[in-house]
Amino acid sequence: MNNKSRFPRFYLVFLLAVMYLPILLVVIYSFNGGRLSSVWEGFSLRWYGTLFRDAAIFEALGNSLLLAILSCLSAAVIGTLGAVGMQRIRSRTAGPIEYLSTLPIMIPEIILGMVFMAFFSLLGLPFGMTTLVIGHTAFCIPYVFMLVKARLVGMDPALAEAARDLGAGEVQVFLHITLPLITPAILSGMLLSFAMSMDDVIISIFVTGVSINTLPIKIYSQIKFGVTPEINALCTLMLAATILLVCLSQWLGRLHPKGE
Amino acid sequence: MSKKKNGPAWLMVLPLYLFTLVFVLGPLVYMVVLSLLRRAEVWGVTNQFTLENYKNILAPVYLKTFVESFRLAVISTGIIALIGYPFGYFMAKLQGRWKQGVMMALMIPFWTSSLIRLYGWIIVLRSGGVLDQLLMGLGLTNGPLRMLYTYPAVVIGMVYALVPFMILAVYSSAEKMDWGLVEAARDLGASAPKAFLTITFPLTLPGLLSGVILTFIPSMGLFFIADILGGNKVVLVGSVIQDQLTQARNWPFAAALSVVLMILTSAMIWLYRKVAHVKELEGLL
Amino acid sequence: MPDHILQLQEITKSFGGTQVLRGISIDICQGEFITFLGSSGCGKTTTLRIIAGLEEPDSGRVLLEGRDVTALAPNKRDVNTVFQNYALFPHMTVGQNIAYSLRLRKAPKEEQRKTVEEMLDLVQLSGYEKRMPSELSGGQRQRVAIARALASRPRVLLLDEPLGALDLQLRRQMQVELGRLQKKLGVTFLYITHDQEEALNMSDRIVVMREGRFEQIGTPSEVYDHPRTAFVARFVGSANIFRGRVAGGGGPLPRAELTGGDFVFLPGNGVFAPGSSVAVAVRSEQLQFHRRDGKSEGGIRAVVREKTFAGGMLRIAFALEDGEEAVASRHGIDLDLRPGEQVLLSWDPALAPVVEDAP
Repeated sequence: MNNKSRFPRFYLVFLLAVMYLPILLVVIYSFNGGRLSSVWEGFSLRWYGTLFRDAAIFEALGNSLLLAILSCLSAAVIGTLGAVGMQRIRSRTAGPIEYLSTLPIMIPEIILGMVFMAFFSLLGLPFGMTTLVIGHTAFCIPYVFMLVKARLVGMDPALAEAARDLGAGEVQVFLHITLPLITPAILSGMLLSFAMSMDDVIISIFVTGVSINTLPIKIYSQIKFGVTPEINALCTLMLAATILLVCLSQWLGRLHPKGE
Repeated sequence: MSKKKNGPAWLMVLPLYLFTLVFVLGPLVYMVVLSLLRRAEVWGVTNQFTLENYKNILAPVYLKTFVESFRLAVISTGIIALIGYPFGYFMAKLQGRWKQGVMMALMIPFWTSSLIRLYGWIIVLRSGGVLDQLLMGLGLTNGPLRMLYTYPAVVIGMVYALVPFMILAVYSSAEKMDWGLVEAARDLGASAPKAFLTITFPLTLPGLLSGVILTFIPSMGLFFIADILGGNKVVLVGSVIQDQLTQARNWPFAAALSVVLMILTSAMIWLYRKVAHVKELEGLL
Repeated sequence: MPDHILQLQEITKSFGGTQVLRGISIDICQGEFITFLGSSGCGKTTTLRIIAGLEEPDSGRVLLEGRDVTALAPNKRDVNTVFQNYALFPHMTVGQNIAYSLRLRKAPKEEQRKTVEEMLDLVQLSGYEKRMPSELSGGQRQRVAIARALASRPRVLLLDEPLGALDLQLRRQMQVELGRLQKKLGVTFLYITHDQEEALNMSDRIVVMREGRFEQIGTPSEVYDHPRTAFVARFVGSANIFRGRVAGGGGPLPRAELTGGDFVFLPGNGVFAPGSSVAVAVRSEQLQFHRRDGKSEGGIRAVVREKTFAGGMLRIAFALEDGEEAVASRHGIDLDLRPGEQVLLSWDPALAPVVEDAP
């Protein structure tokens, strides 16, 4: 082996430890009995109790989940159809549209938030779930589109031709050949979209209006204007859910070892 | 011409076309228009053309904000590159279980809420917090550092939030590299550092550059990091835009700021493509 | 004592518990074209990497011009390598690739330019210095890799299956060119291949490797005509191996028996007690066969299994009564012999050397 030096591994582990430090602290302080998260006052599940009685937080969580599901689904449909169709049409408009549609993840989010806010009030759209879904779909489409496109580029064109040769029509080729092959890409795109949507603060702040709160906005305002330690408890639960999901996806990935 | 034959394909791209034109191009065009309109006395905009909004940006206060944002982005991106490049590089050289493990460990924070992770830093950085206790416990400092709500705290937050992008960008280009080339260089007489400089670094440069783009651009707009960890002390372009939109209600000015920011970022992306392209043709050294 | 440019002494190497090299030693002369021949996994590439300094042996020494370089870094050795996949630097032009070692030495620009020109001329690629490696064909990349490795005038050039990725025609042509190049420069070539034709064509000496050991070292004709072991005979000459038990009794030559017949053999210097086992190697073109017609004759009974035509030769496979298989080859397209027919196999004992038959 060429690993004469232990430095690389030390470096990786050290940096990962630093990355996990704040997460670990949140978890630890979620079990703190006291109100201040600077002083340890003994183990307690007090804040979990508070959290579960807080209807506003659960409403925000529900909103966030609904928003993430709606926008990742619409992004999946629009992005997938777009990427597949884009390959077929030989139009000069394809390049610019592709550039524009991936722009939302290339420019600072603040710009997107700003333009959506201005544009929606120009259109007279009432701020709320509709505007949130449109805004989130805009930055979810690029993930699905780019991943599916990458998969399509790597796909053997002879497969579709073979299917055509065997008598499949355009729709059948899509359903029987193309779709199964790009499914892993669509799923990763949706997963990424879901995570991004669940985590988004900036765009949501601008398009949410007064009537509806998403979880990140709720957390943000809590952090900004006086923290109650129930946030720690909420964060711990979300972290646990995330780790569970990651493990689940790893496990699923091992069950179906096709593609990346 | 072939529209008829490609009917289904056109039907497929239709949603993308419509969405993109209406909800991406539309807002962007409106942003430009808005930035050229005069603000109404109390609320909203008039239909009068003006360049005043752009002129206002040149006012020392706002110009300073741009410079500040830029400086913060440069500092953060610099630190991110210094930390993230070796990480991605070492990670690509790992094997088997180690590689998988590190990748997993890297991805989990990536999937957790960025707000949660920032909040964790408050616990670390606050006066009398974990960092202070640690440093004082080790006898390195006498009193609390009061790191929270300072410029360094914002830099830490930026670096922390964005370093995974750099790591993954560098990793993906280092992963593609043929390490046999380094052996070839060593065989031809290059010392280990020399082989790194002449072979590994130029070949992983595209990853580093794209990591720079991926961290530099967001770092100018992530106002909530400056907000949470910097208090009101660090004002970014993003913060000003948000402020103009929600507090001052000066939308045309916010639009003008966005246009300028957009031009800056587009210029960077364009420059990157240019540089990466040139690199491919000429070789770096 | 001729001046040995490169010496390996009792080299061993293991990877994760598997022994890859089991104590190999050889002295290589200045200006020699020596080929390490073996199938994949026999340790030949590891040997080359140890010589280049890319791996360190577990024990044993590497001497370069009498100097111990075992622990020396690859960049400190006067040995260059032509890698199997060429390993051309994709971000440098052909010229920059070739000048790389000179630039590391901080050679003057003028010298670099001249060397590049000279090297490109040598490999017949003049005028290509501004091209990028990605713009070259496989054969051209191969030549650039050779030029790059030769540019700093190494004492020994290591070539790791350099022709493996080329098509047959190009491979033949490059074999000739490599030979010509080596003669012209007088540089010691250490060539690695699994292709016996390449080895037999180009080398001054061939080292046949098997499972981390040197099975035989010798000139192409020694290895081909006088294989020391059954493995060498099979690998280099694609020979049939016939194993028998020495029988007692008269005759000028000793005789061995096996199920289905017997054969005589030239004992050479060996002593063969009755009852001991013996193996001889018979190359396919020397294996004779004729229909069995009742008359009792010397030979080994066999049945024709199949006939195939390949590379201008007809290949006839026989099934022996002891379960082994033998192959004969003949010029021509077909032969009046059908699968299932009974034949007797025989050969000229003078052309069938006795070989060691270690498992």
